[in-house]
Parts: sequence; structure tokens; C-alpha cells
Amino acid sequence: MALRFSPALRQYGAGVRTMLVLTVIVGLAYPLAMTGLAQVAFGSNANGSLVTRAGKTVGSDLIGQAFIRPVMEKGKPKKDASGKPVFEADPKYFQSRPSAAGDGYDPLSTSASNLGPENKVLIAAVKERRATAAKLDGVDPQQVAPDALLASGSGLDPNISPAYAAQQVARVARVRGLDVAKVAELVTEHTQGRTLGFLGEARVNVLEVNLALDAVGR
Amino acid sequence: MSETASGLLQVGLLIAALAACYLPLGAYMARVYTSEHDNGVERVLYRLMGVDSKADQRWPVYARSLLAFSAVSVLGLYAMLRFQPHLPLSLGFPGVAPDQAFNTAASFVTNTNWQSYSGESTMGHLVQMSGLAVQNFASAAVGMAVAIALVRGFMRSRTDRVGNFWVDLVRGILRILLPMAVVGTIVLLALGAVQNLSAGTDATTLAGVHQTITGGPVASQEAIKELGTNGGGFYNANSAHPFENPNPLSNILEIFMLLLIPVALTRTFGLMVKDKRQGYAILAAMGALWATILVGISTLEAGHAGTALKLAGASMEGKETRFGVAASSLFATSTTGTSTGAVNSFHDSFSALGGGLTIFHMGLGEVSPGGVGSGLYGMLILAVVTVFVAGLMVGRTPEYLRKKITPREIKLVSLYILTMPVVVLAGTGLAMSLSGPKESILNPGPHGLSEVLYAFMSSANNNGSAFAGISVNTGFYNTALALAMLAGRFVPIVLALALAGSLARQQAVPGNAGTLPTHRPLFVGMLVGVVIIVAGLTFFPALALGPLAEGL
Repeated sequence: MALRFSPALRQYGAGVRTMLVLTVIVGLAYPLAMTGLAQVAFGSNANGSLVTRAGKTVGSDLIGQAFIRPVMEKGKPKKDASGKPVFEADPKYFQSRPSAAGDGYDPLSTSASNLGPENKVLIAAVKERRATAAKLDGVDPQQVAPDALLASGSGLDPNISPAYAAQQVARVARVRGLDVAKVAELVTEHTQGRTLGFLGEARVNVLEVNLALDAVGR
Repeated sequence: MSETASGLLQVGLLIAALAACYLPLGAYMARVYTSEHDNGVERVLYRLMGVDSKADQRWPVYARSLLAFSAVSVLGLYAMLRFQPHLPLSLGFPGVAPDQAFNTAASFVTNTNWQSYSGESTMGHLVQMSGLAVQNFASAAVGMAVAIALVRGFMRSRTDRVGNFWVDLVRGILRILLPMAVVGTIVLLALGAVQNLSAGTDATTLAGVHQTITGGPVASQEAIKELGTNGGGFYNANSAHPFENPNPLSNILEIFMLLLIPVALTRTFGLMVKDKRQGYAILAAMGALWATILVGISTLEAGHAGTALKLAGASMEGKETRFGVAASSLFATSTTGTSTGAVNSFHDSFSALGGGLTIFHMGLGEVSPGGVGSGLYGMLILAVVTVFVAGLMVGRTPEYLRKKITPREIKLVSLYILTMPVVVLAGTGLAMSLSGPKESILNPGPHGLSEVLYAFMSSANNNGSAFAGISVNTGFYNTALALAMLAGRFVPIVLALALAGSLARQQAVPGNAGTLPTHRPLFVGMLVGVVIIVAGLTFFPALALGPLAEGL
């Protein structure tokens, strides 16, 4: 004898079967077909626009990095109270924006600070970053670019504004013993204007500039 | 070029692209939902699903089918999240905890995509693409199905049938969402989004630090996340993440994709009720609201009011360099006017009033232009309210699209209008009156109330964005917000379907000289007024204690 289900129960049976059918179509066939296509037609993009130097992967063109070095104290790396090494900005590199992703630029922990405009923590951070950046770059504190003071949304922002790059040119040139004009030229080479002249904002890819600087040497 | 000029051109390009697709997509969707013909693939699917595609359902059956499918979806997704470690491509992540799994399952099935988890550290690739992203398609198609059923209520007369849920669901996915998602994915890939099944690539940065370059089927999920007004990011940083949204071109594309279907559905509506002017009128009201909020947010963010932002000289906290203030404001407006909730910048760090406007925009009920389907049925409900208010003024029985608005319709519409605010305000009030939930707040003072208000507003409206400083992975928020999402989604849906049934049963009445024309600017203006007054009166006190107290 065939089982007879009430109409209401039949709806649930149809629901389960529909879920399974949809999972196969849009949950497996679609993403896997797109992945196959991506790997064949857009390999570099699809795998994260990886950047290699001397055969080693040094990062992604789209993902920012922290250009830092360990703080040395009496010839040894300085450690904080919990025994973790302390880092500071590496002056031979252009610096990225402040990052709230993990300990900074951690793609496994992407995040914004989410601090509100009246939050004392953010106000104090802006003041401190202004003083630090002005000292590092040898500029008037009032001249520090806003993006040097505020963290990005992703914590992985690969870019800085042309103004923040310009602020750092003289310092990078001095530390590397390079011509200021040469460094400025490298920055210009890696600066993108607004897309189509009006979309988004002009920006400098920090990893690209720093790689170009390392290629020049010193 | 000045900031203002480029910002305006950006908006101009967006509107031009939407306008170009408006007629063809609107007409295509009308054909999809009115065609009598099932194609070969669909016939096979209906057999597998065990449904009769030729059955025209009464509204209670339509609603029960929808609720049964959604209940099964919640349970299925919940199970998948819990059993994650036993599935392939789990990346070694453990099963999601019960409260968070419930929250996430409710969130994706209700088209909210609120995320109390962080994608890159919680979800394996299979759960993302075969669990979460399936609901990106399904929940969007459910929204469209309800909108179409309501439109059928206006189209049809003297019948108790409003369509077939299973057919509307399958057609929405196979004929509309899937083809568009394929195209969207390919364009996003060309622009630089990632799409792989890798567990991540190890890199050693120039500073000698280890960095894991994450992988995942991102582009395919990103496309449907925007097209289906879902908004759940593959990564925690959502559309601010360079792998989801690599550059200004992908950014404008994503904004375009999240507005496309809600905008074009007004054309579908106009065609289906055989009066295109009605579609234009609804679109005009949606567009006026969207434009007003856009001007507000853009101006406030450019003005960067607030101690920290003034000190820094720009409202760039939580915003990406490649997008800047203008493109971030455009995204924020569009994501809160739809039920998307994707973000390319973090609203918690907006200026107090700019962030307040994102809350207010959701409070309008997400009808500018609203979520996929939910925007249209939400706005049609408000149009019924508007003709009722107008009818009261002149002492006539109100009509909309040649259907009489009787006490029965007004009861359904009133309950619809009341549901979301009750959930938002009761939820916020409850959270603020308990000590535990208050500890989740990140920013002190009025901004903290804004975080809680945002959370419930976003959940009840099925938006999914957040003032993300608040820590919501707690038993209270996972449970309370899941209930808010479910109530905010399914109570209005059942009421809208009941309204569809009630309208379909009526004989269409011939218009006469005394009928209020609902395609003229006067009506559009009244409709906009009703939307703003309803939301304004409801949420003004809460907004006064949060963003207004902080920003003024």
C-alpha cells in the first residue's frame, strides 16, 4: 500500500528534494565550473595576483603589507612584557596605512577598527600616529596625510594616497642614499589615477614601489 | 577633477548603466514569471523535486510551500555548519557552535547575511559555496517569488490562485539569477577577484614576516552576493577586501549588481499590471529616497565631522584608499537602501550623522529600491497605505490598481508596517536593559546605543551590515538577532501573500474621475512622504538618543 502523506507534510518532502537539487546546481556545479574557468582563463587573478621575487612568493599585488623591522636593543631584538618581539617602521620602505587586521596586514584576520569618531582610543591613536609619522618623515605634523592616521576597512589596503607617498619620498631617498628625484619617479610609475578619470581615488601601490626600490638597490 | 565632480560622474555612470538594463531586464523577468512553458531542464527538476508545476496555488498553500522550503533550508544549513569538520575542504575548521550556526543559518535563509563569524577563520570552502551561497540564490528567488505573487494579486480578479511557489523559485534561480551570476563572476575575475580552492599560499613579505594569502571560490560567491542583495562576505572585511572588490571598477560593478534586479523589477511590475506608468511611479519614489540619502551621506562624509575625523582631516577610518569617500558613500547608501548589507567601508567609523543616516535608511523599510523582491512588495504595501491615507482625506473608498482597499487589506498592511519596528525597538530595548548584552558594545556613549540599534535594525530588515564594533558572537545576540531576522522576514512575507490572495479574489473596479491617479508626481510625492513619516515617527526617539546625540 502506498504511503499517503498529508499535503502539509508533502511540502516538506518537496522542500528537502528542492534543497538537494539546488545544492547540486548552484552549490556545486556553478562554483566549480567558475573555478575551472577562472583557472584556465584568469589564472593569475584567480590565484590572488601573487608577486614573486627571485622565485619566492613575497605577497600579493592586491594585499598590503607592514614594512617593519624588529627594534634592536643592545644588539638583540627587543621584546615586550609578554615576550613578543617589538617592531618599528622600516625607514627604507614606504609605509602602509595603519591596519586593524590582526597584528597588522594579517589576511587570516581581516578587520576594520570600527572605532567611532568620538572614541577616545581613536583620537589618541590619531595623535600618536601623527607625531610618529612626522618624526619619521621629518615633516610638519600638520602636513601628515589623513590616510597615514586612519586604518583602512579591510586592514589589507594595498594602497596609500599620493599625498602620503609624497610625504615619505625624501626620507626613503635619504635612508637609501638615492636621489630624491629618482624615488619620486618610482612613486609616479606606481601611481594609478582614478579609473576612467572619475572612479575611486588616485593611489600608490606600496608593495610595488618598495619592490622597485629594492631592485634599484641601497 | 574635483572630488564632487568625480563623485557625480560616478553616480551618473551607475544610473546610466541601470537605465540601459531597465527595459530589457524588466521585460525579460516579466516573461519569466508569466510564461506557461517549462523548459526541458525545469521539467526534469520538477520531477526530481516531486512537484506539479501546473498547479496554481491558493495563497495559504503558496505560503506553506515557501515556509516549508525555508524551514528545511535553515535545518540543512544548520546541520552543514555543525558537521563542517566531517566535510571536504573544511580547511581544518571545527564545527560552528550551536548558537552561531543557528544565527548563520537563519541569517542566510532570510536574505540577511548578518555574520557573527569571520569567514576566513570559521568557514571552509565547501560550507561557503555549497551551504551559504546556495541560500544566496534561494533566498533571493524567494523574495522575488513573493513580489510576483503580490503583483499577480493586482493582475488577477475573481480567483483564489496566486501562482506556484516551486515554479517561481526555480525560474527565479535558473532563468534570472544564475545566468546573471555567471556573467558577473567572469567580469569580477577579469577585474582581479580570486577564485580557487586553495587553502592559502604562504608568502614571506619584504619585511621577512610570514603572510598567508588566502584562497577560496570568492568571485562566484561575490557575484550572487550582490545580485541577490545578500551581502554576506566571503571574508570578514566583505567588499572592502581586495580579493572581493579589487579596484574602483569592480566597486561600481558591485553597486550596479546589487541595485539591478530591485530596480528592474519595477518594470516587471509595470508590465505585469499592464500599466507601465505604475512601474515608473514606484521607481521614482524609490529613486527619490535613494538620491536624498546619497546626498546626505556623501555630504556628511565629505565634511568629516567628529573629533577624530576632524583631527585626521578626512573621514577615511574604515575606508579603502582605492575607493575614497565618494565611492564609499555611494556603496553605503545602496547597501542600506537594499537588503544587501555588503560593505566596502565600515559604517561604525562614519561620522556620527553619516552613520546615523545608514540606520535611518534601513529604517525606511528598505524600499529604496529594497532587496530583490522584498523592495517591490515593501513599496507596494506602502503604496496601499498611501492611497488609504489619500482616501481618508477626501472621504472615498481607496483603490490601487483598480482594486478596492477594504478593511481586510488595511489590516494586513498595518500588521506588515508594524512588524519590523516592533522587532527593532523591542529587541534594542531588551538588549539595553540587560547587563550582559551591553558588554558587547565597543564604542562608549551614544555611539554604543547606535551599535545595538543598528544590529536589530539590520536584522529585522534583513540587511546584514553592522556597526561592526559590537561583539555579536554571544548566546544572546546570536539567538535574539536570529529571531529578529526570522520574524522580520517571514511575518511580512505571509502578510504580503495574504494580501495577494485577498486582492486576487476581488473583481477589478472600473476607474472614474474620482479615482486617485497613482502614476502622477503628486502620488509619488505622497508615497515618499508616507515612507519618511512612518519611519521617521517610529525611529526618531531611538535615533535622537544615538547618532543625533553624538553628532549634534
